[in-house]
Amino acid sequence: MSILVVENLSISFNQYTESLKQKNVNVISSLNVTLEEGEILAVVGASGSGKSLLAHAILGILPNNANISGTISYDGEILTAARQASLRGTEIALIPQSVNYLDPLMRVGNQVRNSVKVGDAVAAQRKVFERLRLKSGVENMYPFQLSGGMARRTLLSTAIVSGAKVIIADEPTPGLDPVVIKEALENFREFADNGCAVMLITHDIESALTIADKIAVFYAGTTVEIAPVENFNGDGEALRHPYSKALWRALPQNEFIPIPGSQPRPNNLPSGCLFAPRCPIATLECELAQPEMRELRNGRVRCIHAT
Amino acid sequence: MYMDMVGRQQTTLPTGNGVNNVRKNIGVKISKFLLMKGLRMLTLLFAICLISFLLIKNSPIDPIQAYVGADMIKVSPEQREKIAEYWGLDQPVMVQFFSWLSALLSGDLGTSMIFRRPVSEIIGERFWNSLVLMLTAWILSGVIGFVMGVVSAMKKDTWIDRIIKWYCYTLASTPTFWMGLLMLIVFAVWLGWFPIGLGVPTGVLAEDVTLADRLQHLILPAMTLSILGVANVALHTRQKLIDVLASDYVLFARARGERGFLLFWRHGLRNVALPAITLQFAAFSELFGGAVLAEQVFSYPGLGQATVEAGLRGDVPLLLGLVLFSTIFVFAGNLIADMIYYVVDPRTRESRTI
Ligand SMILES: Nc1ncnc2c1ncn2[C@@H]1O[C@H](COP(=O)(O)OP(=O)(O)O)[C@@H](O)[C@H]1O
Ligand code: SF4
Ligand SMILES: [Mg+2]
Repeated sequence: MSILVVENLSISFNQYTESLKQKNVNVISSLNVTLEEGEILAVVGASGSGKSLLAHAILGILPNNANISGTISYDGEILTAARQASLRGTEIALIPQSVNYLDPLMRVGNQVRNSVKVGDAVAAQRKVFERLRLKSGVENMYPFQLSGGMARRTLLSTAIVSGAKVIIADEPTPGLDPVVIKEALENFREFADNGCAVMLITHDIESALTIADKIAVFYAGTTVEIAPVENFNGDGEALRHPYSKALWRALPQNEFIPIPGSQPRPNNLPSGCLFAPRCPIATLECELAQPEMRELRNGRVRCIHAT
Repeated sequence: MYMDMVGRQQTTLPTGNGVNNVRKNIGVKISKFLLMKGLRMLTLLFAICLISFLLIKNSPIDPIQAYVGADMIKVSPEQREKIAEYWGLDQPVMVQFFSWLSALLSGDLGTSMIFRRPVSEIIGERFWNSLVLMLTAWILSGVIGFVMGVVSAMKKDTWIDRIIKWYCYTLASTPTFWMGLLMLIVFAVWLGWFPIGLGVPTGVLAEDVTLADRLQHLILPAMTLSILGVANVALHTRQKLIDVLASDYVLFARARGERGFLLFWRHGLRNVALPAITLQFAAFSELFGGAVLAEQVFSYPGLGQATVEAGLRGDVPLLLGLVLFSTIFVFAGNLIADMIYYVVDPRTRESRTI
């Protein structure tokens, strides 16, 4: 069952231009993703494609100057701001990227205890530290004293003790050594196998492919394709969107050919298909309007020429 | 070097044992820290002694004239020379300096020319008056300024934030003496709520002066200093808290369902209190400067007023004594600020060396 459905989400920011005029900058446009219980959805895309903003929009922690349209529903009901506030940290948990997301002046044990919503916080924290093989002295440490692996396990602990059903991990693995990355990915698989829905935001496609069930490919603030993980195979002929194919071929173990050009900036988006300026099969038609997301071969794609 | 290695090793030790070892090192580190600071203090004091001595030697102040005062016309050039000889004023400058320095080291600050009493006695007595005034103003402005900064940041861009900001910016540019005069006119002259000046009522024997009397004389100058003193702490705290509220760790705290006062209590307070306290201790020197002016306006018998008088009337021993004393005072303020950062902030306490 779909526990979290994001439909046609658009986010823009009010910004002041050099001439002090207010301007609306579109950073996410008509984005669609769905999270299923027991599944891992990996969200991949270049830096600046709107991955973190999607996570913050789901949690309702976007900055004040953000305008949001579209709908997000949780458990079949629309997520209002009030509902988001009560679900944050209880039903939906965030696992952030680095140790910078921990309060530098609070002992990490206390920070994990603050995430416990019901029952004995100290016992819950000790139990999860033991399960994640964090030594008992760690609870008295400050974030700056943690190694990369310890910091990641501490961040993971906050999500585990909260008992949330939806876990959003925003780039949880950069800068870690392969052993720690593998352990992190196994933790996410465990979440999903216990019935949670996991959204794994990453630009490390290779490791995402090892554990995810589905992959959502982001480009310039929108989803261009949602595909089952098996489609990322061979030279990518099972993939639907030209960008996903190119992304797949650009991986080192494949052809390792980078895609020419670069992702458009939010204040300078093309009027039609956002990928048109870089698309090898673009036609005049592509520049007329942004293609709608459509179902195709057990996946979804935003491309009029996809087959 | 050795300390450095120990410090670094501790940061990577994940065991509880590592944490204990770090605690044991704190004592060693703090003693080393104090020793370094003490040495710096001594060199600073020596430099201040030398500079102020040379400045006064080269100033138009004539010590003999200052001593003799209005009777100067009655003093013949021969008598003048005798006095100069008696005081050693005919010796080379450096000889004079070192004889003054050795007297200083034996605890003799000399005798004030205008009060005709030992300088140490005058400073001791004035110091208590000033200390009471400055501490009152310091605590009031610290607490009120901090609260103002917090409210301002939590309610950023609302009317209350605008009022607090406006107040602080206006006050930051108000001279102390002007504010003091304003307070005097309104509260002492027009409303008559407080006495116009001095530290104690006039015409009352010293032993009959009550605590209430002293308090009454303290309120106006302390208020003047506090009203001005809040601006710095408030603006600093506001900016710091705005930064903290925009930080990654507050974003994460919000993602975990924390908000409002609880969020401030758990993450805001501890991250802004430390810089605010440090700033307030470092503001000792400004407070000292402000007190000089406020004491003058209110004729409050503190160190500041004594400094102005000593300067105006060429009382060299008193002036030098006051300069040295205020150096120590301001240095102590800064030292406490450093110590607090060192002892309270876990990032310096549990890892780094000095
Ligand atoms: N507060 C903001 N105001 C204006 N633009 C923003 C803001 N936050 C993010 N953006 C823009 O939104 C885009 C997407 O950002 P983000 O979601 O952080 O990307 P990703 O996580 O995929 O790297 C970026 O181009 C970024 O510049
Ligand atoms: S719609 Fe056109 S331009 Fe866009 S991806 Fe498909 S083929 Fe390329
Ligand atoms: Mg990001």
